[in-house]
Amino acid sequence: MTSTHLTRRAALLGAAAATTTLAARGAYAAPYTVGFIYVGSRTDYGYNQAHAEGAAAVRKMSGVSVVEQSKVPETVACANAMASMIHLDGASLLFPTSFGYFDPYVLRAAKQNRDVTFMHCGGLWKDGDPLNAHSYFGYIDEAVYVSGIVAGHMTKTGKFGFVAAKPIPQVLRNINAFTLAAQSVKPDITTSVIFTGDWFMPVREAEATNSLADQGVDVITCHVDSPKVVIETAEKRGLFTCGYHTDQAVLAPKGYLTGAEWNWPYLYPRWVAELKAGKTISNYIRGGFREGFVKSSPYNKIVPESARQQADAVRNQFKAGSFAIFKGPIKDNKGNIVIPAGKVMGEHDPVLEEMGYLVAGVSGSTS
Amino acid sequence: MAGRLAAAALAPLLAVLASMVLFGAFLFAAGVDPLQAYGLIWLGAWGSWFSWQNTLVRAAPILLTGLCMALPAQIGLVVIGAEGAFVLGGLGATAAGLWLAGLGLPPLLVQIGMGLAGIAVGGALIAGCGALRQYRGVNETISSLLIAYIAIAVMNQLVGGVMRDPASLNRPSTRSLPDAVMLGNIPGTSVHVGLIFGVVACIGAWWLVYHTRYGFAARVVGGNARAGRVAGLPVGRLILSFCFLAGGAAGLAGMVEVAAVQGAASADLATGAGYTGILAAFLARQNPLALIPVCLLLGGLDAAGGLLQQRLDVPDATMMVLRGVLFLTLLASESLQGRISLPRLVRPRLAPVAAAGE
Repeated sequence: MTSTHLTRRAALLGAAAATTTLAARGAYAAPYTVGFIYVGSRTDYGYNQAHAEGAAAVRKMSGVSVVEQSKVPETVACANAMASMIHLDGASLLFPTSFGYFDPYVLRAAKQNRDVTFMHCGGLWKDGDPLNAHSYFGYIDEAVYVSGIVAGHMTKTGKFGFVAAKPIPQVLRNINAFTLAAQSVKPDITTSVIFTGDWFMPVREAEATNSLADQGVDVITCHVDSPKVVIETAEKRGLFTCGYHTDQAVLAPKGYLTGAEWNWPYLYPRWVAELKAGKTISNYIRGGFREGFVKSSPYNKIVPESARQQADAVRNQFKAGSFAIFKGPIKDNKGNIVIPAGKVMGEHDPVLEEMGYLVAGVSGSTS
Repeated sequence: MAGRLAAAALAPLLAVLASMVLFGAFLFAAGVDPLQAYGLIWLGAWGSWFSWQNTLVRAAPILLTGLCMALPAQIGLVVIGAEGAFVLGGLGATAAGLWLAGLGLPPLLVQIGMGLAGIAVGGALIAGCGALRQYRGVNETISSLLIAYIAIAVMNQLVGGVMRDPASLNRPSTRSLPDAVMLGNIPGTSVHVGLIFGVVACIGAWWLVYHTRYGFAARVVGGNARAGRVAGLPVGRLILSFCFLAGGAAGLAGMVEVAAVQGAASADLATGAGYTGILAAFLARQNPLALIPVCLLLGGLDAAGGLLQQRLDVPDATMMVLRGVLFLTLLASESLQGRISLPRLVRPRLAPVAAAGE
């Protein structure tokens, strides 16, 4: 008796639900639906916020509707989020923005949904992968290099601190670029690195920042998903900071010098417009300043003219494609020559993607 | 029997209803129409065949990790280390799978080997917690919780170290299992066969606990270990074997995660399914059979979370709020157990029937 009553009510509720969602569905049946999936919070002052700002720019386009989902782990949850956007929201273009989404989730979904385009952030596409899957990534070490120049001008102790997630090539490359840039200003600048072990470890990031401050560093930067804690802690300790992923100036108005930012609000609307118009775009997309992938945060007012000039000059060279960060001779911090004298490695050089060393002047270990 | 079942289910059902009301109030305060939200949850979780498959995929691992808590609970232990057994079980299964596939064994044998490896590793981990409890007096709740952290750290170390595929540059992971040894889907669905493992394991555990002498002995020990010992029950062996089965279930879930979903072991193996299993087992009041509907509920809520975010633009933490409310009302409802009796609620309804009979 009780159970039939319950079932009937459940059925009624379900029917009511179906009608409301059908109505909602009408509102969402825009001609072109784009879905964004983030691994963390959309307001993390970091990696995910950078993508969400790109999504916000897409949202402003006419004839396009945007659906978003954040804190989707790199598990079957990603597959389900994509499927739900495709089947329930009618998305024709998806931006699964975390590195680990690609294999196997994006690859599988791309094979199952040939009429849906997947734009994955990470730069992992290779020959033989589905043609409706794309993977892009930026040479953000260029922007990190520009930050390093500014930091090199500002430092008094000549000691930098770097809070990093994991000793993987992408991260090592940024640490090395930051250090090499600073050394181009003052050759004896050193960088102390602390690896926290994972992409989002707020407590350890704060501890690392404090311990670096105690060691006498006066500029701190980081490569973690959400630089918020690092930048705020460093500001409290009265240090200079360089941001990462997005602009963190509001978190540290006194010490925030500049930062290396993704420029997704520039690129995403362009890609969406091209795909919506039925144009084909490359499956493997890379770029730096020149292609509009990255930018620098506005300089703090305390940054002197000399620093601005040098930083701007290098950025202009990046834009012209005439500057290489990794040119020999470069030694690692164990004394081995990793890039011989006379050898110049451009940003697109695939060997740089396998970087497994820290350059001379960096204290820290890659394993 | 049916009456007893209904009585046992009453408190959890009331807790679910209460949490729906509380969560509705929370949504209302946040400026979201609760009815629309519940409509979306229904649609995203159980409203269509697509949603059902989504729900079932998410329910599959929780069935097994829920057992990791529910089985030791029969014997009076509170084990919350399923995440550790899940992660190391998955890693062990990966190692076994890569090794056996390398030997050129047929896929079915490789899969069986992976399953056994997952069960053995996960089982050994939780049995270790049971042994610490039995022979060294270490609180099993604390030890199993802490061992989960150690297990995840060990997994990260191995995946980034000796087991790392040199080609996995920016996201360290082991080599991928060959496609041939991957577990397939249940025919006609997009749900992997891990769901069947989970359902069979839950039914099997229920049978073991309630319909065998062995399970009865375990429940006697769970009720009063000293009385059990006086009665001549092998308390140590019961504790170790139940803990092994519990860890084995979570380890098998880890194997399924690798063999049906991820295809290789990486830091992403720590999916949190082990922790969700704790919630599931509490909701099911530690009854293995009740885990099945509970996991359909939790899997559904998990599946619906995305739709809620996409359509209502609510923060991702919204579903965590619902889960938290659910867990709290549930724990609170435990105190009602036995105080509200079903007969008193049912009697007024039965009365008219009796009257009609007269």
